Amino acid sequence: MDIQNLLPLVVILPFTGAAIIGLLGFLSPNFRKQEGLIGGLAVAMVAIPFVIYLIAFLNFDGKPLIFDLFSWMETPDLKIRFSYELDELSLIMGMIVTGVGSLIHLYSISYMHGDKGYYKYFLYLNLFIFAMTNLVLGDNLVVLFLGWEGVGACSYFLIGFWFKDMEKAKAAQKAFVANRIGDFALLTAMFLIYSTTGTLTFREFLYIGYDPVTLKWICLLVFIAATGKSAQIPLYVWLPDAMAGPTPVSALIHAATMVTSGIYLIARMSWMYYNAHEVLAFIAIIGALTAVSAAMTAIAQNDIKKVLAYSTVSQLGFMFMALGAGAFTTAIFHVMTHAFFKACLFLGSGSVIHAMEHAHAAPDPQDIRFMGNLKKYMPHTSKTFFISTLAIAGIPPLAGFFSKDEILGKTFAAGHENTIYYLVWFIGICTAFMTAFYMTRLYVLTFEGKERFQYQRTHDEHAHHEHDDHHHEPHESPAIITIPLWILAILAIVGGFLGLPEIIGHGHYNWISHHWLGGGGSPLVKNITLHASFFTEIILIVLSIAIGVIGVSLAWKLYTTQGLQGDEVVKSKLGGFYKVLQNKFYVDEFYNAVIVRPFVFLSDRFVMFLDKEIVDGAVNGAADLTDITGGIIKKLQTGLIQNYVLIMVCGVIAVIAYLML
Amino acid sequence: MEKETVSLLLNVLIFLPIVGVPFILVLGKHQAKYIALVITILTFLLSVFIYYEYQKHSTIDAAGDYVFKSAYVWLKANLGYIYYDVNFITGVDGVSIYLVLLTTFLFVLSIWYSMNAIDDKVKAYYSMLLLLEVGVLGVFLSLDLIVFYIFFELGLIPMYFLIGMWGSKGTQVVLGREVQARVYAAVKFFLYTLVGSFVMLVAILFLGYIAGNALKNGTFTTDFIAITKGYTQIQAWLSSNGYSPFGVEKWLFLAFALSFLIKVPVFPLHTWLPDAHTQAPTAGSVILAGVLLKMGTYGLVRFCLPLFPAASVYYASTMCWLGMIGIIYGGMAAMVQPDMKKLVAYSSVAHMGFIVIGIFSFNNEAMRGAILQMINHGISTPALFFLVGMMYDRTHTRLIEKYQGISAVVPTFTLMFMLSTLASVGLPGLNGFVGEFLILLGAFKSNYVSNGIVVISTTGVIIAAVYMLWMFRRVMFGEIIHKENHGISDLSRSEIGVLLPLVLLMFIIGFHATPFLSEIGKSSDVIVQTVFQSKIAVPSLGLN
Repeated sequence: MDIQNLLPLVVILPFTGAAIIGLLGFLSPNFRKQEGLIGGLAVAMVAIPFVIYLIAFLNFDGKPLIFDLFSWMETPDLKIRFSYELDELSLIMGMIVTGVGSLIHLYSISYMHGDKGYYKYFLYLNLFIFAMTNLVLGDNLVVLFLGWEGVGACSYFLIGFWFKDMEKAKAAQKAFVANRIGDFALLTAMFLIYSTTGTLTFREFLYIGYDPVTLKWICLLVFIAATGKSAQIPLYVWLPDAMAGPTPVSALIHAATMVTSGIYLIARMSWMYYNAHEVLAFIAIIGALTAVSAAMTAIAQNDIKKVLAYSTVSQLGFMFMALGAGAFTTAIFHVMTHAFFKACLFLGSGSVIHAMEHAHAAPDPQDIRFMGNLKKYMPHTSKTFFISTLAIAGIPPLAGFFSKDEILGKTFAAGHENTIYYLVWFIGICTAFMTAFYMTRLYVLTFEGKERFQYQRTHDEHAHHEHDDHHHEPHESPAIITIPLWILAILAIVGGFLGLPEIIGHGHYNWISHHWLGGGGSPLVKNITLHASFFTEIILIVLSIAIGVIGVSLAWKLYTTQGLQGDEVVKSKLGGFYKVLQNKFYVDEFYNAVIVRPFVFLSDRFVMFLDKEIVDGAVNGAADLTDITGGIIKKLQTGLIQNYVLIMVCGVIAVIAYLML
Repeated sequence: MEKETVSLLLNVLIFLPIVGVPFILVLGKHQAKYIALVITILTFLLSVFIYYEYQKHSTIDAAGDYVFKSAYVWLKANLGYIYYDVNFITGVDGVSIYLVLLTTFLFVLSIWYSMNAIDDKVKAYYSMLLLLEVGVLGVFLSLDLIVFYIFFELGLIPMYFLIGMWGSKGTQVVLGREVQARVYAAVKFFLYTLVGSFVMLVAILFLGYIAGNALKNGTFTTDFIAITKGYTQIQAWLSSNGYSPFGVEKWLFLAFALSFLIKVPVFPLHTWLPDAHTQAPTAGSVILAGVLLKMGTYGLVRFCLPLFPAASVYYASTMCWLGMIGIIYGGMAAMVQPDMKKLVAYSSVAHMGFIVIGIFSFNNEAMRGAILQMINHGISTPALFFLVGMMYDRTHTRLIEKYQGISAVVPTFTLMFMLSTLASVGLPGLNGFVGEFLILLGAFKSNYVSNGIVVISTTGVIIAAVYMLWMFRRVMFGEIIHKENHGISDLSRSEIGVLLPLVLLMFIIGFHATPFLSEIGKSSDVIVQTVFQSKIAVPSLGLN
């Protein structure tokens, strides 16, 4: 069969899945109980598109595959249709989204077992894949925006999934509003593009000339949009709170896919960014600052998911450093490797949280201070978590090493043009060190060392069950959870070979940058090509390996020997600053004091004062309404309907009479 | 069907609802609601039929005349010193057709909803609703200024009674005296609108006088199409008779605009709206938000732009300022309302601000967006008012703080509320986005609106997310803290029946707006074109 005919399915199937699950679940209480059916359907609606992408990928001949569903909004000048384009970039993204997506759907079947909102969960998850597909495949900015806001809405539903907890509902709202600020910038960028070029279709506006000021503004606005979705300074604050959602959601939406949309969009528009050097430098600086501040915060967090959340923010910062250095394909490379190891880490944390919840062993099942030695109980989770930890720490030959090394190399090379990139590179190196450190801390405190929890023997009323005591031990998750973990862990091991460093055959073996995305005379993604000398490259690689190894071994030694006391050592080194880190730089407090509260105050006091006292005061004063009121109404209310009609007719006649005379 | 027959049906459509009134008065209160329902359904079906016929024809012929148009001699008099020639002219085009459909549709839903909600003075209640429908349809269909004016006023009276008699209970202190809140709201609504429309009446009479002199040898005429076509002759007549044509046009524009801007409403003419909305019975709020506000924006599009094109261009930036202030001010005010209904009411001020900006951007995208947004707002805001009303029927409070966590007990309500909220917020895939997007896209492109205004207005999408989701969270999420809320029942089948069509429309327009846009475009492009031609007619303005 011709692949072209199957393509529309990648958009239609996830939507159909969401629609069927939503409708049946809403209408039939029986359907809601069919967990296997719901989960199976949802997985299929993501897995089939993955297979289609895979076939398209294997048969790809360099020409983009285009398909068109139907018209959305068209005016004489503006043609917006549900049109999609599969090219090298959207294929990669599509495969990440549906590939990792399928694994996470599968994992969720077990993870969400028994939840009251089971069908809703899979409805949102399928809807998310649908939105994400629009985001990465849309051939114009408006369809992309449908996906862009759509993933935001799904994220809102899923963060607030357990809505009875007001804190979770607040986190959901915060995410939506922070994203909306970014969306505002994207809308403005669209207006600017449209008024300059008269089109919003990528292939029509990407490759033409702009005057430098317009170009700068477009690129800046799109970047601001990206800071919202991809959690960069100043809009990153929603992401750590977003961990209120179910853990597979954190893996899928808040680590592997949605939060990388900003990087995708900038890479998609690389032909424009290519000429906007000032904006690129700005992006690199923001990326570096985000990366380092998030990494510092992660060191002082004790919630397993919070550490991973800050680590995600930090890694996204790395991706923006790559974008800022003009190495767009490198950023996409890191998107991919990050999707593998971070999804694995999050799913692993979900496995841990489940085990801890089951054991009723700790006051907070997510607090690593009450974990330790879990490798004894959870061999698969701990091994895969360990692999991914080494991957994110940048230990060769795991995936994270290659992508991170390439980012650092490119930023260093960019320093040749603009010295600010040396600073960016230096911050990057420091962040890489911290990453190795806090991730190892996380792994050790969770899986190694002494047990810091006590699972209850026969404490609660379940005790008289025939379930005997050892059922309250934390235990390894079932295969449906560990299989996705292993698949992701293996990808985290081998994924890096898609982008081998420059020093090996002058980049000839860097498949992703040199062949797939950035190859040929007129590549889809246009990199600013900067090369460091061979010798510099070697030094940089050695340095980045050394940084990773030192970070891992320092943390390993500190936390295996000292356990939780290791934090005291860090605390004593950092002094008062540690408290600042624990409190996440007080950014939430700052925003509250400087933006949220003044805005509410202004609305409440100023606007409403204006409304009630000034405007209405004038109105009331002008016509002393109360007097007129009393009289008219008293008379009218005593009458019957006939009187009213009579009065109305009189009124109309009066108007006509006025005319005649 | 013949064009003439369809044109005739327009008149039938306008007056069909009033046919129900005698039946209601005679047959008694138990039958009243059924009569009203049947009549409004018939009206709705007739409007659908007209739409069906309309779609088959292009709406404006080569001469710029309406394809569906009928005219009856109405007032023809020779008073010795002046001749009157006022005809009952009605017509429909792409601007009005969807508003007509929206009107007939919302009246069906309102009456359906009221059947279970209203049991006080039902005969009068349903008679008022039917009269209101006549007024609204007349406004959207008349093409003679006097006829338009009469319908414009006609809508006012039933609405006044709906608020004043079936409104909510409670008192408020105004100027040191305690009055019934609903009566205060009704009188405020009435006087505000009356002041505006009186100014408009004077303008209409003056325009009829000069148009008569310029075009018909002194026969007073208010034929809208004739005046529009005779624009240059009127200008010429004015200058040859010692008037400044542009000066006259500006004053007439302002007089019309004042009346319409009160209806829209824009800041600072908006304070009747939160009171009227809050006090009105649910059906009243639905009609008020759904179609009565649209009379204002419709009037701007239909009359201000074609009649006073040069003045429209001259005042475009002022209008856009007002729209922008409405968006920000309405949003900020909505955010801090403790009362759900008032919150939705203020959100209307914000939404209508977008429409005003779209109208005064004078280009294809923005004008289409503005007209579509009138429909969109007429779908999502009524849905929200219905929902708030349904919850009020259960708990007898609209205060946000009296809720919390109720989504656990009312899942269907939650779903409907969520979808309406997201539509109101402008999420792509739902109707609100298409309108707002086209308006802002067009406005940014337009030379008549400064980009700064558009950018500031666009922040309205952030504020909208804040106030809507904040309310949603406080009402729906968390643990139930008020014990009595455990017992709230979920939506009944009949209530779902009211909401479902609205929700479906949100999706249909949200995903496939093109057919609507192309129907609208047939007529809106002509209006935009009229405005552009004025630049040729009035070169001295120095517009570019």
